[in-house]
Amino acid sequence: MGRKTFGELGYPGRLIAVEGLDGSGKSTQIKLIKRWMELQGLKVFFSEWNSSVLVKSATSKGKNRELLTPTTFSLIHATDFADRYERQLVPLLRAGYIVLCDRYIFTAFARDVVRGCEPDWVRGIYEFAAQPDLVFFFKAPLEVTLARILEGRPALKYFEAGMDLNLSSDIYESFRLFQGMQLEQYLAMCMEFNFLIVNAKGRVEEQQSLLRQLISKNINLEAFKKD
Amino acid sequence: MPTSPKSKVASKKREHRKAEFRSKLKVTPPILSSKKFYGHGIPEISLEQLTGKLIVLEGADGSGRSTQIRGLVDWLEGNGHATVQVGIKRSTLVSEELERAQEGNILSQTTMSLFYATDFADQLENIIIPSLKAGFIVIADRYIYTLMARDLVRGMNRQWVKNLYSMALIPDAVYYLNVSPQQLIQRNLAKTQSLDFWESGMDLGMTRDMFDSFVQYQHKMQQEFLRMQKAYKFKVIDGDRSLDAIYEELKTSINHVLAGNRE
Repeated sequence: MGRKTFGELGYPGRLIAVEGLDGSGKSTQIKLIKRWMELQGLKVFFSEWNSSVLVKSATSKGKNRELLTPTTFSLIHATDFADRYERQLVPLLRAGYIVLCDRYIFTAFARDVVRGCEPDWVRGIYEFAAQPDLVFFFKAPLEVTLARILEGRPALKYFEAGMDLNLSSDIYESFRLFQGMQLEQYLAMCMEFNFLIVNAKGRVEEQQSLLRQLISKNINLEAFKKD
Repeated sequence: MPTSPKSKVASKKREHRKAEFRSKLKVTPPILSSKKFYGHGIPEISLEQLTGKLIVLEGADGSGRSTQIRGLVDWLEGNGHATVQVGIKRSTLVSEELERAQEGNILSQTTMSLFYATDFADQLENIIIPSLKAGFIVIADRYIYTLMARDLVRGMNRQWVKNLYSMALIPDAVYYLNVSPQQLIQRNLAKTQSLDFWESGMDLGMTRDMFDSFVQYQHKMQQEFLRMQKAYKFKVIDGDRSLDAIYEELKTSINHVLAGNRE
């Protein structure tokens, strides 16, 4: 198939995505990148996974009442993504923005496949979405990310913990297994989608330096200055 | 005792009613036929457990779909079969949200397609498959074909649409009530004295004139259905005929399906 990046497709804007497990520190890093770009006066926009207002009511209903199956879970997230993609990301990229995405289609590829959906089917559904110009994958050993999330014994949500997969009746154990399965999927995707690997075990500042260097090397940031 | 010709007819009728009554005392389950998905389908479903039948009626608004379904449900239940109905925008999961989004006409094309696909998948997994497992006759008041045709006339990529709906179960029969756009417009106006925004394809922006838009849009939909007919093996029913004639044709064909054949 070979997805093209926004740059290759002739968009004036650029899309940077971060991917990784919960607790890998990717959200912290992308927010710092956003601050860095804002302070330079760049046209930048930040977008989160699962945040389209329109589809939200259906998604939360499905989750609260545990109505979702792997197929509908996959489709409702694709609907949410399509809404954001068509109404927000594409117009911004055409208007020459740098768009920062906390999770992109690879989150769906990892989760939905773990839930039992056919990889080709899921990839086909997201065929309308272009490849980000840069994808950073925050790689850390499972124990590290698990420890960060589970330290405070947080109240995990049903789907977040993968309870629908019946891996274990213990919600923490289910979460551990579910995260492990997602990590396998992510690792298998590194080559296929040109992930740039960030050592998520390192210090915040080290990771941030790497990101800033790679971004400035690959994107001419001067071109994105507000007039 | 000599009998008059009149009472002979009456007794014959009585006999007929008795015979019919007796025939309904013994209810025959439908004969099994193998089920398949169009593509990968739904994870972890054992197809051999689906002992019911899935029967689909397709056709535009005003094609007589609902009337036929009412008649068929009465007939099937009268013959001792349990039935259940599904249709577009009837899922617990997203029907309200879909309705709201449609009212505002605010969704872009891919989003709309996926939203409808979600609505379909929810009913497939929560109603269609469990009902088939329980041996029901599932009557679908439209299925993936209307959704696909709508997407395709709106310019969505054919391969994308095909992949999206490869999760669907192949029905035991698909009837397409083919009615000319001219007939449809007469029937819709006779029923509601107005034309529906979406059924007129007004979102396509072909023309501001609703009448013209309706005719053009329904023509496109009809073309798309006839194109799909070969790939998806519909039985095309001439919907310009009387309701009774169509009803009889459907019953004959469904009997054939219940006997284990595919239409």
